[in-house]
Amino acid sequence: MSATAPVPTLLEAIDVTRTYTLGRDVQVPALRGVTFRVDHGDSVAIIGSSGSGKSTLLNLLGALDRPTTGEVLYDGRDVQDRSDAELAQLRNQRIGFVFQSFHLLPRLTAVDNVVLPLVYRPGSARDRRERAIAALESVGLGDRLDHRPTELSGGQQQRVAMARALVTEPALILADEPTGNLDTTTGDEIMSLLEQLHQERGTALVVITHEAEIAERADRRIELRDGVIVGGDLDMVEAGST
Amino acid sequence: MSLREAFRVAIKALVGNRLRSALTTLGVLIGVLSVVLLVAIGQGAREEITGAIEGLGSNLLFVLPGDGDFGSAPTRSQFTIEDVEAIDRDLPGASNRVAGSVVGGEPLQADGQRIATTINGVTASYLGVVTRDVARGQPFGESDVATSRRVALLGASVAEELFPGTDPIGRTVTIGSIRFRVVGVMERVGGAAFGPDRDREVYIPVTAAQRLFATGRIDAIFVRATSTETVGEDRATVERVLEQRLVSDEFSVLSQDDIIGVVGDILQILTLVLAAIAGISLLVGGVGVSNIMLVSVSERTREIGLRKALGARTRDITRQFLLEAMVLTALGGTIGLLGGIGLAQVVAEFLPIPARVTTWSVLLALGVSIGVGLVFGVLPARRAGRLDPVAALRHD
Repeated sequence: MSATAPVPTLLEAIDVTRTYTLGRDVQVPALRGVTFRVDHGDSVAIIGSSGSGKSTLLNLLGALDRPTTGEVLYDGRDVQDRSDAELAQLRNQRIGFVFQSFHLLPRLTAVDNVVLPLVYRPGSARDRRERAIAALESVGLGDRLDHRPTELSGGQQQRVAMARALVTEPALILADEPTGNLDTTTGDEIMSLLEQLHQERGTALVVITHEAEIAERADRRIELRDGVIVGGDLDMVEAGST
Repeated sequence: MSLREAFRVAIKALVGNRLRSALTTLGVLIGVLSVVLLVAIGQGAREEITGAIEGLGSNLLFVLPGDGDFGSAPTRSQFTIEDVEAIDRDLPGASNRVAGSVVGGEPLQADGQRIATTINGVTASYLGVVTRDVARGQPFGESDVATSRRVALLGASVAEELFPGTDPIGRTVTIGSIRFRVVGVMERVGGAAFGPDRDREVYIPVTAAQRLFATGRIDAIFVRATSTETVGEDRATVERVLEQRLVSDEFSVLSQDDIIGVVGDILQILTLVLAAIAGISLLVGGVGVSNIMLVSVSERTREIGLRKALGARTRDITRQFLLEAMVLTALGGTIGLLGGIGLAQVVAEFLPIPARVTTWSVLLALGVSIGVGLVFGVLPARRAGRLDPVAALRHD
């Protein structure tokens, strides 16, 4: 993408707070006013220790949850203005999730796991299967199509999860500690693969991590502590200049 | 998610938990099986009994003491043999269309054996009126009745038990303490699972029976109309004659249809009660489905969370679990239905209970079992659909 071309905003968080109510009247503020944005093709690391609010932020960015106050705009439209069914559609069409614990269904083969998001949109079973196979091939698992998760290594399982995330051709891949359950070498491979997808397909990438080395690899970093942003590169000027 | 896809997912989930699915299905299966089987038995009994009544002929009238209402106190009979004769005189056409009977339960003895039978004291016209035939020997006639002759006609079973392998005609049987000579053996009637076994009856002249039972009355009067069309006419004649002759008018004239109506109603109620009892087990099966679906939802909380994250709407999830419940119960319903039909055949084959599988019980059982899946699946399915994806994904 050229520097002069307008970069449309994919996602914008404006003064977002999220407070959990525990028990009868114990209020726990997990996010206390967070503002930032993610553009198309962006690469952002959200870094913070446990309890910093990064999981809460992930849920909000993933349209799995709604903020207590503030706005989360996807394609310019606030999630507060969308129904649950519309949020489900937004997740299905715009977001690909990669979780720390892979979240593969143990009963299903690799192909069937990758097909999963496609069953919630129209299309023929054959077409879905073809797309799933192509996605698995693109993460180097073309020879593991009919393996179940238990028959795959951790790195391979995370690749299946990545194939599942990209099979819908999302605008954003949201990776929550994607290397957290993997050894350093395998984690490195997974990160390289994520970066490769981001560069080749222009998919925006948001990685949530507590590891500085992982965060270093992103174009921009946002550091969270106690529910507020305490540092990082909020400005788009630095994007792509690492 | 398309219905077909949801169906595929449901089948996969059920097959993935074979034993549990099978046990859950068993609950519904037993429920449906018992509904089909018990209704079949009730229905079979009804058809058997109405068939037996119909076997008497549609132009037969029964004259019984009492007002004939079901449930009213039994009335002591006021009929006498003279009433039978009076009716016979007033009925148009050929005589011998009226018969009377007095019934008792004296034991029968012969050759040192003693068996329980029904003793029927009847007029000479009786066998003709109720269309029964003598297989061997001769029926007794008017003169035998007039002289209270001690002669007896044995039912087929009675003859076989008392005189196995030998000809009972000419032999002597003792009823009470009075000896009767056997003059004939009745044609076998067969197949009486309910009501009196006609092959265990013994017929003696009504006058001899009155002496035996020490009564001057008879218990019932039978009238055979010459055709179905003249049943009404004959009924009017009987009523007119008896009203003139009896002090009180406590009697009723029933046609075969009247009796079938009353008996059929009773048996219909019996069938419905059986169906309701069986329905309770179906209900219990349904609760089992509900229970296991709740377990399934709780076990698959992470899967539900994941599906929601990947774009499943509340209604996709709800539909998936509802379909699972309905597949379980429909499967149980189908197998239970086939089992019920099969068992009904076995029952009909080996026990003296007829069984008749009716279309309505089949449709009811299938409809109810799918309905049970729907009703008892709704709660778990809604719970699944409403799960918060964030909490569900973190569930372990």
